[in-house]
Amino acid sequence: MNSEKYKRFAFKKMNLRTKTLLIISLTALLLLAIVINSFFIDTSSITTNFPLRNMGPSLEHLFGTDWMGRDMFTRTMKGLGLSIQVGAFASIISTIIAVVLGLLSSMNKYIDLFVNWLIDLFSSIPHLLLIILISICLGGGAFGVIVGVGLTHWTSLARVLRAEIKQINTSEYVKLSKNLGKSKLWIARKHLLPLILTQIVIGTILIFPHAIMHEASVTFLGFGLSPHEPAIGVILSESMKYLATGSWWLAFFPGLSLLIIVLLFDLIGDNLQKILDPTNAHE
Amino acid sequence: MKLQGENISFKYPSSKEYIIKDLNISLKSNEIKGIVGDSGCGKSTLCKILSGYNKSEGKITIDGIENNAKNKFNPIQLIFQHPELTMNPKWKMKDILFESWDVDSELIEEFGIQKSWLNRWPNELSGGELQRFSVLRALSPKTKFLICDEITTMLDAVTQVQIWDLVTKIAKDRNIGLLVVSHDKALVERICDDVIYFDEINQSNLKEL
Ligand SMILES: Nc1ncnc2c1ncn2[C@@H]1O[C@H](COP(=O)(O)OP(=O)(O)OP(=O)(O)O)[C@@H](O)[C@H]1O
Ligand SMILES: [Mg+2]
Repeated sequence: MNSEKYKRFAFKKMNLRTKTLLIISLTALLLLAIVINSFFIDTSSITTNFPLRNMGPSLEHLFGTDWMGRDMFTRTMKGLGLSIQVGAFASIISTIIAVVLGLLSSMNKYIDLFVNWLIDLFSSIPHLLLIILISICLGGGAFGVIVGVGLTHWTSLARVLRAEIKQINTSEYVKLSKNLGKSKLWIARKHLLPLILTQIVIGTILIFPHAIMHEASVTFLGFGLSPHEPAIGVILSESMKYLATGSWWLAFFPGLSLLIIVLLFDLIGDNLQKILDPTNAHE
Repeated sequence: MKLQGENISFKYPSSKEYIIKDLNISLKSNEIKGIVGDSGCGKSTLCKILSGYNKSEGKITIDGIENNAKNKFNPIQLIFQHPELTMNPKWKMKDILFESWDVDSELIEEFGIQKSWLNRWPNELSGGELQRFSVLRALSPKTKFLICDEITTMLDAVTQVQIWDLVTKIAKDRNIGLLVVSHDKALVERICDDVIYFDEINQSNLKEL
């Protein structure tokens, strides 16, 4: 590789790094603001205020107000805060399940077959259906949705981890490590962990937007968070009734905000995947 | 010390035929022995059996004691034909090299390894450059027998001579038993005290096919 080309290559790579770092810090800031905001929000702006009802977006009410005169910006922020919390819990549950199953499958052939069967089983049933079922079984509400989403989103990460661990364990360099007298634990720590750690981090980040979307859909359909919660799904389904009257902002801004969060996380996950994979970055 | 393989028979799980049947081989400390055989006859397979990478029928002993090293350094080390497979692609070369032993910088230089290579990833070096690392990695002070599976096939003639001079010198210095495996008869005859032909020690009926 000549130096000119190398410089350009390095610049491009640094660019992706800086860009991703920027997106991550921005998103983190946004999330923090939303979550903190949703805790300490001044509830006076979302109490019923009929004189102000059905107002379009204005400087005072950025996202407009709804049919009861509540500020839609505040409601959206509160909804996003809830969505993020539900999504975070659910992705962590999913990740834990995926890691445990991935590690278990490397122990012996029969466990591996069982894990494989479990993965196939869970990925063959439509997510939404399964989430609704689990959520109903657990009595609905935030707990039901978190468990429902958590129990359904681990399959792709588990599949990746299982394949990755298997590939590493049967590689010549792990066999050579054993021949050099390294213990199983040493090999797991030095060869296995660094590699699957990136997969785990990326996996969790990629699960997150799915989890949020599915929570919102289930809630939208009326099987998720209770209608009294300030969830985005609740806002969207309520707004549907008023869309015909021309109150477009009721669904537009909350929907858009959710979409932006989801897309941001998708972007971060994809970029991290590119950056953190050394073979990829150095080819 | 004496390394002995007795009545070694082996077939891959995917095939029915034995590639190696009732093979006997021995290697003493300070001895340089060569094995010559055609491509595909099972040389690499034998190397992996002797160094414990493949399990076979028969016995592999050092001074009469069966060598099943677990959780300890295997005194029988193998240098693979394809070095790139034996290196974690996510590790830098220095980590790969020092996984085995604390190689001193003098030796690193003698093997023609440039300082800057140590900070690269395996896919940033040529096959020949990688092979220098895997040779050096195998030369731990704890290595008693060293099996070299076509280790210089990917090097040019001058480098070949250079590497073999070093390896044979180190082997003599440290009393290592050296097994040189290759299809290159001239090379093996030049380096080794004793040359055997794979087909003559292998009783597998495959060779008649
Ligand atoms: N993992 C495997 N599974 C099944 N068959 C294999 C496997 N590895 C090698 N073989 C077969 O075993 C035979 C011997 O292979 P081996 O690699 O030992 O040959 P070799 O003598 O080292 O050849 P070369 O000089 O080309 O390196 C070949 O016919 C090969 O196709
Ligand atoms: Mg071979």
